[in-house]
Amino acid sequence: MKIIVCAKQVPDTNEVRIDPVKGTLIRDGVPSILNPDDANALEAALTIKDQNPDSTVSVISMGPPQACYMLRECLAMGADDAYLLSSRAFGGADTCATSTTLAAGIRKLGKFDIIFAGRQAIDGDTAQVGPQVAQRLGIPVVTYVQKIREFKDGTVVVERQLEDGFEVIEVKTPCMLTAVKELNNPRYMTIGRIEEAYTKEITIWNEDDVALKPESCGLKASPTQVFRSFTPPPKGKGEMLSGTIPEMAATLVKKLTEKHLL
Amino acid sequence: MAINVIAEKCKGCQKCIKACPFNAITMEGKLAVIGPSCTSCGACVEVCPFDAIEKTDEAVHTADITAYHDVWVFAEQRDGQLMSVVIELLGEGRKLANEIGCQLCAILCGENVDDLTAELIAHGADKVYYANMPELKTYNTDAYTKTIYEAITKYKPEILLLGATHIGRDLGPCLAVKCGTGLTADCTKLDIDPEDKKLRQTRPAFGGNLMATIICPNHRPQMSTVRPGVMDKAEYDKNRKGEVIALTPTFKEGDIRTKVLEIVKSVTELVSLTDADIIVSGGAGLGGPEGFELLREFAKKLGGVVGASRAAVDSGWIDHAYQVGQTGTTVKPKLYFACGISGAIQHLAGMQNSGYIIAINKNENAPIFEIADYGIVGDLYKVIPAIMEELDK
Ligand SMILES: Cc1cc2nc3c(=O)[nH]c(=O)nc-3n(C[C@H](O)[C@H](O)[C@H](O)COP(=O)(O)OP(=O)(O)OC[C@H]3O[C@@H](n4cnc5c(N)ncnc54)[C@H](O)[C@@H]3O)c2cc1C
Ligand SMILES: Nc1ncnc2c1ncn2[C@@H]1O[C@H](COP(=O)(O)O)[C@@H](O)[C@H]1O
Repeated sequence: MKIIVCAKQVPDTNEVRIDPVKGTLIRDGVPSILNPDDANALEAALTIKDQNPDSTVSVISMGPPQACYMLRECLAMGADDAYLLSSRAFGGADTCATSTTLAAGIRKLGKFDIIFAGRQAIDGDTAQVGPQVAQRLGIPVVTYVQKIREFKDGTVVVERQLEDGFEVIEVKTPCMLTAVKELNNPRYMTIGRIEEAYTKEITIWNEDDVALKPESCGLKASPTQVFRSFTPPPKGKGEMLSGTIPEMAATLVKKLTEKHLL
Repeated sequence: MAINVIAEKCKGCQKCIKACPFNAITMEGKLAVIGPSCTSCGACVEVCPFDAIEKTDEAVHTADITAYHDVWVFAEQRDGQLMSVVIELLGEGRKLANEIGCQLCAILCGENVDDLTAELIAHGADKVYYANMPELKTYNTDAYTKTIYEAITKYKPEILLLGATHIGRDLGPCLAVKCGTGLTADCTKLDIDPEDKKLRQTRPAFGGNLMATIICPNHRPQMSTVRPGVMDKAEYDKNRKGEVIALTPTFKEGDIRTKVLEIVKSVTELVSLTDADIIVSGGAGLGGPEGFELLREFAKKLGGVVGASRAAVDSGWIDHAYQVGQTGTTVKPKLYFACGISGAIQHLAGMQNSGYIIAINKNENAPIFEIADYGIVGDLYKVIPAIMEELDK
């Protein structure tokens, strides 16, 4: 089987801090990581490869050149090859334009059986790129996949997570599946593979390589635009109650009762 | 490149290969494959006898956006019940429609859910577009995308709002690509630019560290998914009048490519955090699962429900369904008690719009106190019983 994984390098949002004076994001020193859901997507692909050794797993990403570090990590986990779509023309893309570029890259990779993406990337949390790539490639999509039940001649049966349970869905390949963290536990890189990963070539493609016109990618092809961004205004600090615990409890109940909240 | 072959429909007749001026199509088995030299000219789309090749809009073009009018709300139903976010979208949609000076419409897909049309009208819809088909009984990506896409092309809404549920976040992106427009995910605030009447969509980014206001100036519809529990619900007035317009999509073989074999409800009931007036949440400071016993007792006395931080959920003390925050539920109760919760940004992202926030924490420097209306420094195992005693008086 031929499997493709869409992976993105993201800043670890847990580490992002706000400059208290300027009110802007401090991105310096924030580590870049493989997007957590994409690690689950890759793990799902590698599990299939473990069971069907003639399978290949290709990882594709769109991003700046430093995304190669993340792709090497994917190779060290066990992916066969990695492709980076990188060009000035791809910059400033919203999900609509990102999916155009990724779809063009995937077309160039040729025939495939399954594409895995993460459900969402933690920098934007949009969960849009996976289904959008599927639409552009004209293949069916199942999002929020929490379990892969079985493969049988060209169909996959998966569980799709819902807020209050799950659906069991049968889908024909080729298809796109987006992974949630409940799907599996991503494996670690092994020393042997890390060394091997550094001997592998990462293929880098620009817009010409994937036959896209510059005006069909990046900022120019993005219907949405950021009008402004700002740090959420801090909610004013309230009142710290004082006294002994029974006194504070009494004050609180009195105040809430006065406001008709109790 | 915006030419797609629909694998289920392609019969391998090779007519497209002959028609292609750029030699971009090859046959792999009985399937036409579009190669990189495709220029999206569309010659193949025309000659295909099986409608197996489609062209989707990718290039940015300034469509005639003046043809688009009205605010639409996707009326997501499950088991014949409207999701509560639909009522919130109607509440917000009404405000937007009034500001633009247009109608508020709902689009409903299902099978024999006629009652819901009246419910939507009573909650403010001037029109309900209703597709009543067995294929639409439960959500299906392809069937819903096709139905709503066709309705959009025919009736041209200016704005389309969907709940940011697992279903809305599946349908939204598929529709946006088909319509060649943008989609803003998980909005927490919407307003209309007073000058040009365009939609401004505000959403958290970078894990809630930053807010971004997004616009979609040259494409229609302007589409947003909206977080459940954020907008105010529409008022109910059963005397309100509205019109129901039937949609009659047709489905051919190959149109619906996924099959729902089974729907399994989890044993834990859908926790009604979003509807609760009072929430008592516990975090790592509870020290163990027993802590939730105390919180349940406290919540019961107040007529509220229990919530949790991710740390408490990750420790296995309580189900994920109770998690409040960026990766949990967004809540907006009148009263929110944060007990033994430090106040990480991801937790705040889900509860900072609560009416009143009361924090109980041992550590006087806990960030939760920065946003609390009332703060009590102390051991929650002493403070909560004291409050309960006071309530009994
Ligand atoms: C991508 C991402 C998404 C996330 N999403 C969410 C989310 O949706 N929701 C969420 O909650 N978190 C989320 N988190 C995790 C978040 O960053 C914090 O780790 C989490 O909220 C901490 O939970 P806590 O406050 O319960 O635990 P802690 O930070 O450990 O705080 C425990 C607090 O309890 C106090 N305490 C201890 N004992 C007592 C006592 N006896 N009486 C009173 N106080 C006591 C301590 O002083 C401390 O302040 C997310 C993180 C990431 C990276
Ligand atoms: N630039 C990118 N390169 C590769 N994959 C991406 C990129 N952006 C998004 N994805 C994939 O799409 C998923 C959803 O991303 P998002 O819509 O940004 O939340 C991610 O988990 C990735 O699998």
